[in-house]
Amino acid sequence: SAGLALKTKDVVNITFVRANGDKIKTSGKVGDSLLDVVVNNSVDLDGFGACEGTLTCSTCHLIFKTSDFEKLPDKPGDEELDMLDLAYELTDTSRLGCQITLSKDMEGLEVHVPSTINDARAA
Amino acid sequence: SARLQVIRSATPTKRICIVGAGPAGFYAAQLILKQLDDCVVDVVEKLPVPFGLVRFGVAPDHPEVKNVINTFTKTAEHPRLRFFGNLSLGTDVSLQELRDRYHAVLLTYGADQDRQLELENEQQGNVISARKFVAWYNGLPGAENLAPDLSGRDVTIVGQGNVAVDVARMLLSPLDALKTTDTTEYALEALSRSQVERVHLVGRRGPLQAAFTIKELREMLKLPNVDTRWRNDDFSGIDTQLEKLQRPRKRLTELMLKSLKEQGRSSGPKQFLPIFLRAPKAISPGEMEFSVTELQHDAAVATSSTERLSSHLILRSIGYKSSCVDAGINFDNQRGRVHNIDGRVLRDDAAGTVDPGLYVAGWLGTGPTGVIVTTMGGAFAAAKNICDDITTNVLDTSSAKPGYDADGKRVVTWDGWRRINDFESEAGKAKGKPREKIVNIEDMLRIAGV
Ligand SMILES: Cc1cc2nc3c(=O)[nH]c(=O)nc-3n(C[C@H](O)[C@H](O)[C@H](O)COP(=O)(O)OP(=O)(O)OC[C@H]3O[C@@H](n4cnc5c(N)ncnc54)[C@H](O)[C@@H]3O)c2cc1C
Ligand code: FES
Repeated sequence: SAGLALKTKDVVNITFVRANGDKIKTSGKVGDSLLDVVVNNSVDLDGFGACEGTLTCSTCHLIFKTSDFEKLPDKPGDEELDMLDLAYELTDTSRLGCQITLSKDMEGLEVHVPSTINDARAA
Repeated sequence: SARLQVIRSATPTKRICIVGAGPAGFYAAQLILKQLDDCVVDVVEKLPVPFGLVRFGVAPDHPEVKNVINTFTKTAEHPRLRFFGNLSLGTDVSLQELRDRYHAVLLTYGADQDRQLELENEQQGNVISARKFVAWYNGLPGAENLAPDLSGRDVTIVGQGNVAVDVARMLLSPLDALKTTDTTEYALEALSRSQVERVHLVGRRGPLQAAFTIKELREMLKLPNVDTRWRNDDFSGIDTQLEKLQRPRKRLTELMLKSLKEQGRSSGPKQFLPIFLRAPKAISPGEMEFSVTELQHDAAVATSSTERLSSHLILRSIGYKSSCVDAGINFDNQRGRVHNIDGRVLRDDAAGTVDPGLYVAGWLGTGPTGVIVTTMGGAFAAAKNICDDITTNVLDTSSAKPGYDADGKRVVTWDGWRRINDFESEAGKAKGKPREKIVNIEDMLRIAGV
């Protein structure tokens, strides 16, 4: 299906990397958010996107490679930074997935999923 | 594969009971149902309605936070989950009975008491707990007759956590902003007659220890017609410490300093007044007395100076605590939670030995701190321990267990809740509200059809 997907112009391939190194390859359409990608493909990340993209949780926390992070077109706003402040394992290249919109130049993007939520360690 | 089938059918269904249908209960159920394919999860809930503090705690003007209900509903509608509403551990069913009927029991019944100031006159009419006030505007059965006295200008909230800020916002928000929320009708009516103009938010420690989070503060600063006023003295020397702070604390402090700098530029008819370094000392009619405190190694130490704040109504918001609802629970009375290690309930706390088959998660296990996400992390961890204990045979699941027998009991099933939910949504529609909550338990049961 990845082959098929690649034929469509609007499709962007995305890889989610779990803390243990497992890679989940999937894809979304230009204009989708990274949260949409997780939801539409039923990507198995427990608890991801609890507030459904309304900037009131931080469960959609994702960590980018520095070069990818710097290329993101929009800088995080105050409200996103406020929620990121509550995220575990916050890094300098952290963003909230529900605030990142896919564009064609994100083809092949790899993002890391922090371990805390998905390895279900006690908070 | 014939052999496999024999082995399979010889293994009885694993039965797990979760007590309390709040976030901890639902997140644990979600993970258990996913990890164990030959289990049934039964959720026992005291009230006829689910969702715990998401329904009865989270502020009505934060509907986005309540989106978690959609995920909880999906979990509840899983074919291997059964919901028993209107069934209370400790009164309708004992812990022993549940332990006899299930392979594992997970306690997630939350924290429904509040901490006291331990001051004289605390039981007076002008002192109420923020917990009760929240329960009142959110329609918790039994809280509808609270009748908070909103006829005075000054309210003092003792405590500076997010619950305290929620309460301040509910008191100061323009009524129009609340009318389209699921705030109960009687609360809207009372708030429409409110004379409250000034809300003090008092904390023992300083700005660097403030317990509210930045999102909640930013929201207060944006409230129309409300002027936030800080005390200059509280912030002396604070700016020099900024560089040492971790990012969240730093951003919060920067926002307070920015707001302090800009204060006085606008002036609304209402005022939000955060006050630091004051510890509760005495309560008298119309007034509250505080000791001026000093910080010593981050702890507030009372000095001999005092300050009085005009306080027609005093709201105590210094934390929730759990109660022990069944004598079979190894309860830590001092800390108001169940003795446990990573969600495994301890039989002997000194020796650290666990009580096999009994687990705890959510505020009952961690104490009343953190947001839904924190609760989620802990609930997943406890649920994972249950699954591990079952798959590694630490828990013996070789003999069949019957599960709870609801015959002849007035139990609300998930379908019953759906009827209540539909009724509430319909009643809300007419008023432009997401729902009009039913507050009376008998009404809930009638609408649920039990
Ligand atoms: C006022 C307030 C506002 C909040 N606002 C936010 C917010 O905006 N965002 C956020 O992320 N978090 C917020 N929180 C925190 C959040 O509500 C908690 O993290 C979460 O609800 C804790 O989940 P829990 O399952 O442990 O407890 P609860 O939500 O309290 O659930 C416990 C459940 O157990 C049931 N129960 C009680 N006794 C029994 C019994 N004997 N037998 C059977 N069932 C029983 C209760 O009825 C309840 O349904 C707020 C908390 C409060 C108090
Ligand atoms: S999904 Fe809640 S902040 Fe992104």
